Amino acid sequence: MMLTTTILFYVFSAILLVSALLVITARNPVYSALYLVLAFFNAAALFLLLGAEFLGLILILVYVGAVMVLFLFVVMMLDINLERLKEGFLRYLPLGLAIAIVGVLEMVAVFWTAPIGRVPAPGPIPANADNTRALGELLYTHYLYPFEIAAVILLVAIIAAIALTLRRRPDTKSQAVGKQVAVAVRERLRMVDLRGPKP
Amino acid sequence: MHDLVNAAWWPPVWALIKIIIVLIPLLLGVAYLTLAERKVIGYIQIRLGPNRVGFRGMLQPIADALKLLFKEVLIPSTANRFLFLAAPVLAFVPAMLVWAAVPFGPGVAISNMNAGLLYVLAIAGLGVYGIIIAGWASNSKYAFLGAMRAAAQLVAYEIAMGFALVGVLMLAQTLNLSKIVEAQAGGGFWSWYWLPLFPFFLVYFISGVAETNRAPFDVAEGESEIVAGFHVEYSGMGFALFFLAEYANMIFISILTTVLFLGGWYPPFNVAPFTWVPGLIWLLLKTAFLLYVFLWIRATFPRYRYDQIMRLGWKVFIPITIAWIVVVGIALETPLRAILR
Repeated sequence: MMLTTTILFYVFSAILLVSALLVITARNPVYSALYLVLAFFNAAALFLLLGAEFLGLILILVYVGAVMVLFLFVVMMLDINLERLKEGFLRYLPLGLAIAIVGVLEMVAVFWTAPIGRVPAPGPIPANADNTRALGELLYTHYLYPFEIAAVILLVAIIAAIALTLRRRPDTKSQAVGKQVAVAVRERLRMVDLRGPKP
Repeated sequence: MHDLVNAAWWPPVWALIKIIIVLIPLLLGVAYLTLAERKVIGYIQIRLGPNRVGFRGMLQPIADALKLLFKEVLIPSTANRFLFLAAPVLAFVPAMLVWAAVPFGPGVAISNMNAGLLYVLAIAGLGVYGIIIAGWASNSKYAFLGAMRAAAQLVAYEIAMGFALVGVLMLAQTLNLSKIVEAQAGGGFWSWYWLPLFPFFLVYFISGVAETNRAPFDVAEGESEIVAGFHVEYSGMGFALFFLAEYANMIFISILTTVLFLGGWYPPFNVAPFTWVPGLIWLLLKTAFLLYVFLWIRATFPRYRYDQIMRLGWKVFIPITIAWIVVVGIALETPLRAILR
């Protein structure tokens, strides 16, 4: 059983790494987005192997089911000219490298000091362990305030994104549904008693 | 027998057997759902529906399947070949995968998993990739328009659907689908969740109709505006797979609505003649009724305009569900809690 899990771990990790690499090397942006979907999937599979079914399924639900659909939506709509995108490659290379080096150094610093990798491996997962409930109990009791603050920050971000992209276009003709629903017969229909001349 | 169960190769084989036991009736159900649809809509429109192949048209689905099998698979010359062929598979596979968590009796499922509700919600949302990729890979304007519509519609309705499931979660206190049904036991049909969660029941079922791209929300196909939408370039088995996925999803939404809101395998009255009928029969009867509602809706309502669909999803369903979550939350803090749980 342990062996199967190990083999599965390496299979999923290999696919994850290859697809993550293909995200940045694929020539077609639609392919990049689809490889990213594959990468998310394999990350979710790794969570499931750890017994963290809530995290794995939420990853699929949120990122694969919603975020990437919108990504694909946008990528497919845009007519992306790859030649133009590649023009600036050499010009931005030094800056990119600098950022990459800083990132790598920071990660090294974190892994050096934090006890990651020195934590004893978790024991076997007890059957019927319900980590959704465990996570919920932690989030809504112990970490209630950080959780709520994170929610408020997200809300602010949503409102900011809407406010930044909102264009008021008074010239477009759209229906005011509220007015349509609230309309009464006598506002629209006038009965006229037509009395023509007698023949 | 004991040695058999303990053998290392037995669990995967047993899983395979369970999958076959579920999928073969499901595909037969899909075949006869197409016949039922044509018959029901026929009678609603005062026609007879198919009645030539076999007794009263009973063999019509088989004739249709054979026809689709022998049709030539066409690939448009400017299409993206690989994705064009992969898209029907990507639509079909999630439609089958969701059945892994569907409970058919107390604890009886291919996989009676703890996070079943999350699983079905996550996997059911993946079918849209087949549609989007089909639309894009076809390299056809109509197909692409259909794909865009499907993507926007799915994202809009999945939120309402998720919120509706939050309500079920609050009452049942579990994500396990089998336990959700068991939490609805007690009295008769009045102890099922459709009553305390009535807005969620409606929102979930209507969102389900929208998610499966069925009339009146079938703008992704919209044959009067964009020919056949995302599958306009498909023929033969490619088309058949989209078709199978759509109908399998219809059955899935119906059975899940039954499980979540209509008490699953419990009889509507806890008295003698009703309790004699096995639970599986009740489950299938309720599912069949909801499937009939699917067809009934299709025969009754004209197709929604696209902006009306978006308005319904974002401006009507999501506020309703959020408001009712608050109502349920407050009710659970009052003495009503004893009745609701």
